[in-house]
Amino acid sequence: MINFDYVRARDVADAIREISAEPAAKFIAGGTNLIDLMKYDVERPMRLIDITHLPLNNVEETGNGGLRIGALVPNSDLAYHPLIEKRYPLLSSAILAGASQQLRHMASTGGNLMQRTRCFYFYDVATPCNKRAPGSGCSAINGINRINAILGTSEACIATHPSDMCVALAALEAKVHVAGPAGERAIAFSDFHRLPGDTPQIDTNLKANEIIAAIELPAQGFAANYSYLKIRDRLSYAFALVSVAAALELEGDRIKDARLALGGVAHKPWRNPEAEAALRGQPADSNAYAKAAEILLRGAKGFAHNTFKIDLARRAIFRTLAQAANGTPQIQSSKKIR
Amino acid sequence: MDDSSSRSRLRPEANSKPREISVTLNINGEQRTLAVAPWTTLLDALRDRLGLTGAKKGCDHGQCGACTVLIEGRRVNSCLTLAIMKDGVHITTIEGLAANGALHPLQQAFIDHDAFQCGYCTPGQICSAVGLIAEAKAKTADEIRELMSGNICRCGAYPNIVAAIEQAMAAMGSKL
Repeated sequence: MINFDYVRARDVADAIREISAEPAAKFIAGGTNLIDLMKYDVERPMRLIDITHLPLNNVEETGNGGLRIGALVPNSDLAYHPLIEKRYPLLSSAILAGASQQLRHMASTGGNLMQRTRCFYFYDVATPCNKRAPGSGCSAINGINRINAILGTSEACIATHPSDMCVALAALEAKVHVAGPAGERAIAFSDFHRLPGDTPQIDTNLKANEIIAAIELPAQGFAANYSYLKIRDRLSYAFALVSVAAALELEGDRIKDARLALGGVAHKPWRNPEAEAALRGQPADSNAYAKAAEILLRGAKGFAHNTFKIDLARRAIFRTLAQAANGTPQIQSSKKIR
Repeated sequence: MDDSSSRSRLRPEANSKPREISVTLNINGEQRTLAVAPWTTLLDALRDRLGLTGAKKGCDHGQCGACTVLIEGRRVNSCLTLAIMKDGVHITTIEGLAANGALHPLQQAFIDHDAFQCGYCTPGQICSAVGLIAEAKAKTADEIRELMSGNICRCGAYPNIVAAIEQAMAAMGSKL
């Protein structure tokens, strides 16, 4: 691994001062992605700012029916938190679909949002990659692109965001509270991650001198009718080829409210309010699911090895909506898809 | 973020002896103080500095689980952990599981069920299973398989590993 300086931040203000003073510094919490990337020489921070001692480790009621999750809450603690299991089981399920238990113990809530892509070429410093070395070109577009994006791609980058947790947070319309020199601001989850465009090196709208403080969940948790379905090359401990977070509010057999987000297909969790609007007011049946899938996958474009993802996503959306409507969410420890 | 300046600038200590920082780790019940460079992983500290070579460096990227140790009772990948960030914590490695000359129930169960072939992944498997049983989230074989998926066994001893864990879970049942 490269060498670097190390400093321990005392509080949030100290962390912001430290990151402002050294543009080539990075925050470290769980380190599960950052240290991996440093060993591959992909990330080369001059200094690591250890934020694990900041007081951002609580899950609290917000007063308007929601929850505020501190940025340092470990992924496993969040997945098993009684209030998350009870009120936001979609989030719990998505977290448990990702990584391994060891990694979930280490990984932080904020760090999960800041994960970088798993594109093979981003990791391979011997190849061009616009995300790693802006302007060098994209090796994936004409390379081995089986795992890459089918939606929202650009000529500069076809990488995907690897998180499962973020797909659920997008569907739940979470807010990201970030702190900077000027104080705190809130970013809607759908505005936090970016599409690659011609600046794929910029993953998020977090500013260089800001730190994630908390994630806020609104009151509506869709605890009765939800499912997170993850399709991957092996049964566990693999990134998604396609994943779907579906959350429904039913009134009789009609859909009153709906949320739908995809993972593994784009540079950010993929949502389209039109697909959700098409579900509202409809009977929870195959016609409605097919229509929503068609809208959500509008404009999908495959590359040499990943065209299969378009059909896979269509079928996964259909299946996940049915699981949600039937109240039979995908169980992450059982690999049978009902 | 990576930028051109971080590639061209002299890295810290590039021309001198690394600035080592003192950390105290409580490992298997014993206080050990050592000076480490910031980039020393917990795995390297255990293996190269403290002579505890039970935890293995398999992939060194958090993908195989051979480096699994317990920090404050929770299983983690020591290859992705910086020693410098763990000052003052309690660490248990495979060397610390046997007590008073008696094998830990999981060690005995792995022998009883022949739950390994080459044995390279075994210290990580056993530390991970200790964590699994403490978490008390796995009740069925499916749940054991899912929650042990961070530990790869290239000899493919998985059925016997699950059987060994089930035996130890039953033996340790009163502690759950």
